[in-house]
Amino acid sequence: MKKKLNTLLFLIVGLWFIGCHSSNPASQQATENVTAPAASASTANPLDDKGIGPVQSVQLGAIQPELAKKGETIFNEKCTACHRIDSRYIGPALKGVTRRQAPEWIMNMILNPDVMIQQDPIAKQLVGESNGAVMANLHLSEDEARALLEYLRSVDDSSSSK
Amino acid sequence: MKPKIFPQQKQLIPLFCGIITIAGLLLSSCNSHSSGGQGAISAQEAAQQVYVAPGQYDEFYAFMSGGYNGQVSVYGLPSGRLFKIIPVFSQNPENGYGYSEETKPLLMTSYGFIPWDDAHHPELSQTDGIPDGRWLFINANNTPRVARIDLKTFETVETIEIPNSAGNHSSPFVTENTEYVVAGTRFSVPIPQKDVPIASYKQNFGGVLSFIKVAPSGDMDLAFQVMMPGFDYDLAHAGKGKSKDWVFFTCYNSEEAHTLLEVNASQRDKDFVAAINWKKAEEYVQQGKYHEFPGTYYDNRFDTSTQTAHSYVHQGVKVLIPSECPGLVYFIPAPKSPHGVDVDPSGNYIVANGKLSADLSVFSFDKIQQAIQQKQFDGEVNGIPVLKFDAVLAGIVKSGGLGPLHTEFDDKGNAYTTFFISSEVVKWKLGTWQVEDRQPTFYSPGHLMIPGGDSRKPWGKYLVALNKITKDRYLPTGPELCQSAQLFDISGDKMKLLLDFPTVGEPHYAQAIPASILMPRSDKIYQLASNHNPYVTRTEKDAKVVRKGKRVDVYMTEIRSHFVPDNIEGIYLGDTVYFHVTNLEQDWDAAHGFAVEGNRENAELLLMPGQTKTLKWVPVRVGVFPFYCTDFCSALHQEMQGYVRVSSPNDNVALTWSTGKE
Ligand SMILES: [Cu+2]
Repeated sequence: MKKKLNTLLFLIVGLWFIGCHSSNPASQQATENVTAPAASASTANPLDDKGIGPVQSVQLGAIQPELAKKGETIFNEKCTACHRIDSRYIGPALKGVTRRQAPEWIMNMILNPDVMIQQDPIAKQLVGESNGAVMANLHLSEDEARALLEYLRSVDDSSSSK
Repeated sequence: MKPKIFPQQKQLIPLFCGIITIAGLLLSSCNSHSSGGQGAISAQEAAQQVYVAPGQYDEFYAFMSGGYNGQVSVYGLPSGRLFKIIPVFSQNPENGYGYSEETKPLLMTSYGFIPWDDAHHPELSQTDGIPDGRWLFINANNTPRVARIDLKTFETVETIEIPNSAGNHSSPFVTENTEYVVAGTRFSVPIPQKDVPIASYKQNFGGVLSFIKVAPSGDMDLAFQVMMPGFDYDLAHAGKGKSKDWVFFTCYNSEEAHTLLEVNASQRDKDFVAAINWKKAEEYVQQGKYHEFPGTYYDNRFDTSTQTAHSYVHQGVKVLIPSECPGLVYFIPAPKSPHGVDVDPSGNYIVANGKLSADLSVFSFDKIQQAIQQKQFDGEVNGIPVLKFDAVLAGIVKSGGLGPLHTEFDDKGNAYTTFFISSEVVKWKLGTWQVEDRQPTFYSPGHLMIPGGDSRKPWGKYLVALNKITKDRYLPTGPELCQSAQLFDISGDKMKLLLDFPTVGEPHYAQAIPASILMPRSDKIYQLASNHNPYVTRTEKDAKVVRKGKRVDVYMTEIRSHFVPDNIEGIYLGDTVYFHVTNLEQDWDAAHGFAVEGNRENAELLLMPGQTKTLKWVPVRVGVFPFYCTDFCSALHQEMQGYVRVSSPNDNVALTWSTGKE
């Protein structure tokens, strides 16, 4: 964005390194461009995609109303800037999301959106559908993400029983 | 990269270049660089030492005073890269400092709102005499003030005005545990201020040295002042270790001249260093041996919880008179017109450089204590004993240079002094007083800086010379040129010039600290949950517009990539609109801006994640005016916009606001 590089200096010093040193002390920050999983979003079962992030597996049981209530509060405070339950807003409508996506994927999308929108095929596709509006990282805790998942499950549960 | 001869280049040393042919060819000529003198190293070697690869960090943060831009500029060392400007005493349109309603109080003084000053000496807070990375202090010279910058956020969080003072130059230097920040007056003035003939200088003018107490929270309070004779108090440094209870101030114009000082203040062969025992001063204040002097001054504090600064107005100050307080102040005769006064890491040696003398005088703290005990005095001035010069002198450095100004120290027992007139840095050894090395600078250096070089623990790897003149050194930019800093490697026996870099404003002094001390302290975001700004809007559903008479308060939120509300109607000509904008993001570096058309008095707002700021806007025309985000925040940044409709007072437009309604 605002970074500039003195190309000439870089070139000179770069050549100097190559000429004199066997090891190149280049950036440790350089991230490997991880190739997306082989399965494309359209062909594989989306529920098999657990996403990329801290959440490996989630044990789901009967819906815990207390936890769902806590999740609803968080949703109203932090998510409504971009999401509605019943309608598309900045991002997708969230009704039915727990049937479309794995619970791990939902939590990883909340907790690790920066990586997800770059590397996860479904997340990438959703950013495209949202005209490039990225999911903001709100730095929620894993407990908060779990509560949000419970709220979204309760929404889908009540809508299916209707 | 053509060879170029610089006016002060003494000789072209044949340079070792050969083995790296590719790099040598790219440089076109091994003689093409300009580092004259015996410490010259090849451009390739120098480039390698200062090159910081993409993604790597600089080892040190260097804070340079902005001089007459009233700011602090932050550079990386050894790269010399400028990466931040911290506004302190000047409004900064880049981030709305001094324009937003929250930060305007930081620029309040007893004279009113003063959005400019001349900032000279940055000073890092210390613990046990070592820079600790909590705060950076800096002085305002013109309207006497001292500011505190919080190094968690690199933001100015307090400014305090100094009454009875003028030309707040010998400021702000800290005691060993940041108990006090001192602020001495450069100019003597009538105290309290009054309308008197200037020719009555000797009867009516005095110079105060102020001691500002720093609380563990960082909050500053003016504790007391010491009333001194009407000299000019130029610079200061606190003792450390054995001398930690003392602060030393240089002064010139002991002739007490008030006109044509270049002649009239250079009559005497010696001026003074004033040595003040601040522990004694505390005792005298506790015993009530002070006078209450009038003096109105502002203390402006930025409350991080409300994200808002408030001004507190104080009246009166406690003043100690040296003749009534034995043991409080002593004068040490110093060579004519001394400028810098610097204390070595052991705390024993006090270096005072007479800028009109070629020699450096070094005093010994042990000898000063002995002379005080044995009453080895050479008369007194206004009841202040003058110590015998020979009794307190530790040694003289016969430098052979002209115009010595400032000295800093490394961790190996060496001292380094700038020479303004002969444009060089001279390295000499403490104890032997022998010159070890000298290197030319380009040109006329004022202060120099070694990271921690005025502390008990210098990181003696680099030295930065802050030069006043740069002609021929950079591409010409018309009559006005930038100032320059020069980086030397001082890790070996000889200093090696590594880098020149242009600087902003006229930096006077600098301080530097290892990045490893600051980085773990750094805040990444402002927690929205602990934002207690009275105008915070925590969620989009709380956004609203409230009218009270002709005042309209807009409670607005920002998140990638929209405002709530983004359509506002029902504003009338004659209204004053306050946009209270909250950035809802909680992610590092997710900043948003806010600007509205036709904003006459203020700048934009730039909001960090979790921050609330207020922009005052007085519309002057009827119409529909856009507002937008000024910081490229996401792929949809250009879509981050909205409208305010301004109607004639004769019309009837309801107050409405919305986002997302078609
Ligand atoms: Cu934006």
